Amino acid sequence: MILDTSPAIRAEAERLFAHFQTAGAQPVETDILQPAETLLDLYGEDIRARAYVTSDPLRGEQMLRPDFTVPVVRMHMADGALPARYTYMGKVFRKQEHEHGRPTEYFQVGYELFDRADPAAADAEVFTLFNALLSPLGLRAATGDIGILLAAVDALSTTARRKAALRRHLWRPRRFRSLLDRFGGRSAVPDSRARLLHAVRNEGIETVIDRAGPEIGMRGREEIAARIEALLEDAATPPIAAGQVEILEHVMGLRETCTNALEHLRDIAVDLPRIASAVTRMDRRLDALSAHGVDVGALDFEASFGRTTMEYYDGFVFGFFAEGRPDLPPVATGGRYDALTRILGQGRTIPAVGGVVRPGVALSVTGGMA
Amino acid sequence: MTLKLGVPSKGRLMEKTFEWFAARGLALSRTGSEREYAGAVDGMEGVELVLLSAGEIPRELAAGRIQLGVTGSDLVREKIADWQTKLRALEPLGFGHADLIIAVPRFWVDVDTLDDLDSAAAAFRAEHGMRLRIATKYHRLVRDFLREAGVADYQLVDSQGATEGTVKNLTAEAVADITSSGETLRANHLKILADGCVHRSQATLFRSGQNGWDDEMRATFEALSHRLGLER
Repeated sequence: MILDTSPAIRAEAERLFAHFQTAGAQPVETDILQPAETLLDLYGEDIRARAYVTSDPLRGEQMLRPDFTVPVVRMHMADGALPARYTYMGKVFRKQEHEHGRPTEYFQVGYELFDRADPAAADAEVFTLFNALLSPLGLRAATGDIGILLAAVDALSTTARRKAALRRHLWRPRRFRSLLDRFGGRSAVPDSRARLLHAVRNEGIETVIDRAGPEIGMRGREEIAARIEALLEDAATPPIAAGQVEILEHVMGLRETCTNALEHLRDIAVDLPRIASAVTRMDRRLDALSAHGVDVGALDFEASFGRTTMEYYDGFVFGFFAEGRPDLPPVATGGRYDALTRILGQGRTIPAVGGVVRPGVALSVTGGMA
Repeated sequence: MTLKLGVPSKGRLMEKTFEWFAARGLALSRTGSEREYAGAVDGMEGVELVLLSAGEIPRELAAGRIQLGVTGSDLVREKIADWQTKLRALEPLGFGHADLIIAVPRFWVDVDTLDDLDSAAAAFRAEHGMRLRIATKYHRLVRDFLREAGVADYQLVDSQGATEGTVKNLTAEAVADITSSGETLRANHLKILADGCVHRSQATLFRSGQNGWDDEMRATFEALSHRLGLER
């Protein structure tokens, strides 16, 4: 087990924490023990493989906090006023399934901004703060925009059901691809599906269900019938046009400087007007970044950045990496997570953007020199 | 030091293991009374027989307290994180076959593949406000398998026995369990998903990694490998 115990790391964490306070953030604390249910509902069963689970005789299943974002959002939604800037410093805990792996507990120092007024300015404020803070380390910054991807899925001319299925799996690239192949008519309908649809067309849904076996369990007959109806609808829906699939794949594969990516996306928006408002949001953000002195002509944009690791981000995303050190995790990551606030706020959304630095990784980059 | 060989302490798995070694000229036997877990090895110097529960053999191997062990390949994968870095599978023994599979009620005519399961799970969550429950005792294997397959909106609920009954008892919607013939599944009105085989398990001879080995053990292992005709 590798631990973040060096006093130098704590000192570095405190330096970052102080810096975020100077930038106007209010320091906050969160409990280390977090209700497991909230995290499981948010991240799914996979979080069990990554977070330490323990049980409390009164409060039930608890997790050692695997991140700060969720507790900070919950705290803000309980009694915070807008706009709000928070900073926190402390350890997070992550199980590692592989030997010689990464630390199981390590410091994070974060900055979160809740602001409804101007999302582009808020994105730019957070990125610029991290960029300035980390500039002495000579890191590579990468940016992306999950909002563009969501808009590109939404722009497809197909059923709401298909779009919802694609949106749901945006963060699981393999499953996303196989869905897109099927909806695009590039892969065959599984035999079992074809047989089922044939049978229900000939004999009716009720007969087919009756014949299969006794009804057991909580998933009821109506739910099965409803899904069969959905499968029938899907079978009657034409494949997504090849040209549209191509555009979507092109958008997802976009890797360019921010300025070039924006040009490109503007061209695409001519054919795909429904992504125009997401492109406009990106445009405003780049303007705001330029106003803060960021050279967006040199800043990397990778449309699929954050698709595999940052499951709750749904807009602007960014990361700072040590080039030539693939052994190290990113020094800092962050992004916009309006959707997370909607889930935790049960319908109430607060536009939010933030990020975390790992002081231990920052020190590995400089070789221990803060 | 003598080389310790861990073998399941009872039942068919023990008998079959004894037969496998006997066919290769090594007589393993239980000694003492019927209830005493002690054993002997005839036909090879320097090997000590240790009778253990099959479920404990993976951990004992990983800790280096025994050097060789016979157990199900499913148990090693379930109980030892990153098992390839700690153990080596020497030889599948050709018995103790059991498949870890995912099964759902037979009357779910709309669910035949993992893809269906994933989509049914999404609808189930929207309808019932909870993630679809899969009862199992093989948490690591099943979770890794479902993650790899991109299945979401499910939860694993622990079931240490009578797993096939959980659906009828409304404590789970689906199960992930070991089956050899499928008889129990059928009796409980369940069916296996077409692509729902998580792992095909069989009794396997494992050796522990470098922990706890001395030269004498290594020499004994050389001789034993030769005798057993293990691939090098």
